[in-house]
Amino acid sequence: MIRHLFPLTLLAVLLAVGGQALAIDTEVAFDDPTLQHRYESINRELRCLVCQNQTIADSNATLAQDLRREVRDMIAAGKTDAEIREFMIERYGDFVLYRPRMTAQNFLLWAAPALLLLAGCFVLYRVVRRRAQESEIEPDGPEAGQS
Amino acid sequence: MAKFLIPLGLFVVLGVFLAIGLNRDPRYVPSPLIGKPAPEFSLPSLQDSSYPVSTKELLGQSWVLNVWGTWCGGCRQEHDTLIAIARQRTVPIIGLNWKDDNAAAQQWLRQLGNPYAVVAEDRDGRVAIDWGVYGAPETFLIGPDGTVLYKHIAPMTMEVWNAEFLPRIESARSAAGSRS
Repeated sequence: MIRHLFPLTLLAVLLAVGGQALAIDTEVAFDDPTLQHRYESINRELRCLVCQNQTIADSNATLAQDLRREVRDMIAAGKTDAEIREFMIERYGDFVLYRPRMTAQNFLLWAAPALLLLAGCFVLYRVVRRRAQESEIEPDGPEAGQS
Repeated sequence: MAKFLIPLGLFVVLGVFLAIGLNRDPRYVPSPLIGKPAPEFSLPSLQDSSYPVSTKELLGQSWVLNVWGTWCGGCRQEHDTLIAIARQRTVPIIGLNWKDDNAAAQQWLRQLGNPYAVVAEDRDGRVAIDWGVYGAPETFLIGPDGTVLYKHIAPMTMEVWNAEFLPRIESARSAAGSRS
C-alpha cells in the first residue's frame, strides 16, 4: 500500500500543477463572479483566428489577448452576450464562432443529416418492398413456407 | 450495371469535394467586410503623432490599406513589391502599423524605403480588430465610395496586384466616372 502512495501523490501534485499551467488567461477580469463567468464563457466560444483550433480563452497569441480585452471592455460597457458575438461576427465572420449558427449559406449542411436519413429510409423501403415482392414470386427460398 | 454506377458516382462526387476541401488553405478566412463600408478610423501618423490619419479624407478615390508590422516576416517579404506598386502611382497605399514599436517601424521605413502615402499607428490593435485583421500582412482595397472591394491575406505579389487589385480599381474608376 505504502509503495503505491508515492506515485499517487506525485500524480496528484502533477495534476494540480498541470491545471494551473493550462490556464492561459490567469488574470481575473472582473471581481463580480457573474461577470467573470460571462467573460470566461464568451471567451471559450470565440475562435482565435491566428491559432485556428484554439479559442481565445486557450490562446496566448497577441490577437487572442486583444480580443479578450475587447470582450472584457464590452462586458464592462454593459453589452449583452449576443451583442458581443455580433461584434465578432461583423469583423471576423461566422468562422469566429466555435458553435456555428444556422445561416442561409450553411443550411444544407445543417439539414444534411436529416436529408441523408430520409434518403436512407427511402432506399431501405424500396429494397425491402422489392425483396418482399421477389419472395412472393419465388416461394422456394430457404425460409419460405415455414411461417 | 446501374447498381454499381450509382455508388461509384457518389464516391467520385464525394472524392471531388474532399479533394477541393483538402486543397483549400484553412488559414484563409473570407472577410465579411467585402462589399460593406470600410470601418472608419482616425489614428496618429507614425512619423508625426500630431498629424491624424483619417479614412474620411480618403473618400472619393480608391485606396489600399496595408497592415504590417516590423515583427512580421511576410511584411518584409512583400515590402519590395509594395514599393514597386507605389511607383506605379495608381492608388495611394495607406499603411496600418499594427501593434508595433514606433522607433522600429520608422527605422524599417528608412532602411527599406517607404511605399506608403501615410502610415497610421495602431498601437493597441483596436482598428485592426475593426477591420477583422488576424494575420499580417493583409491588404485591403477600398473603393471611392468607401466600400471594401477586396482583401488579400498573405504577402502581396505582383501577380495578385495585377489580377485582383488593378481590374477592381479600373472598374471602380469607370463606374465613378460614368456617375459624375
